[in-house]
Amino acid sequence: MIELTRRATFSASHYYWNDAWSAEQNERVFGRCANRNGHGHNYTLEVTVAGEPDPVTGFVVDLKWLKDVLEREVLSAYDHRHLNLEVPEFASTIPTTENIAIAAWNRMETALGAAPGARLKRIRVYETPEIFAEYLGEQ
Amino acid sequence: MSSRAYFGRRYMLSASHRLHADSLTDEQNRESYGKCNNPHGHGHNYVVEVLIGGPVAAETGMVIDLVDLDSTVRQKVLERFDHRNLNLDSLFQSTVPTTENFSRAVFGLLQDALPAGELKYVRVEETENNFFQYYGAD
Repeated sequence: MIELTRRATFSASHYYWNDAWSAEQNERVFGRCANRNGHGHNYTLEVTVAGEPDPVTGFVVDLKWLKDVLEREVLSAYDHRHLNLEVPEFASTIPTTENIAIAAWNRMETALGAAPGARLKRIRVYETPEIFAEYLGEQ
Repeated sequence: MSSRAYFGRRYMLSASHRLHADSLTDEQNRESYGKCNNPHGHGHNYVVEVLIGGPVAAETGMVIDLVDLDSTVRQKVLERFDHRNLNLDSLFQSTVPTTENFSRAVFGLLQDALPAGELKYVRVEETENNFFQYYGAD
């Protein structure tokens, strides 16, 4: 079993807000992240695929194809967007780094089903070089 | 929704250490540890990375609150080791402060002190080119 990881970057804005809470509670829990005008990050997204190398090509998965899938499924939807306002899954879910990892997993998992012998292993999302979240699917 | 996810955070601390085992002769120590056995010690800028696993709380979208995690790591780890000599810490009186043992020490200090979630691993980067990861006792 080989794990193969592709890294990509995107830039987006967001804010943290729970509509069920008062403004005071949002500000207490989320601090500066609750500013409704939003703020932004340069995110780094790592997608890890696991499988056996194909005996003919030696590939677990074609990296160019993986890059295209990542671009089509995730980056085109997230890059240079306001996550709360422009990405459907964050209309009702707070775009924390944890939830971005889960959402990117959901976007990639179905598309990767087209690759025989490879499966999605991990999504890791860096919000800054010091902060990241990862999701391994339902466990 | 209560999917399980992991939240990671990186911290920096600067500390000195000397690798020297009392049970070995001076010559054996020099052989085992090379320049790390220098009697005067030497230092590193360590990067401590922690990974916390747990359910993503529906109301916050978080595994753990970053502010609470920072506060715990500051109190338990950074204030204890930053700008200190590791060999003088009580945890390294009978254990050599290799980065392997340092990773285990940090894991032990954080394991039961976390405000939420479970500690998945502690990774300590001693330089840009070597790092150590501890996942807890098997």
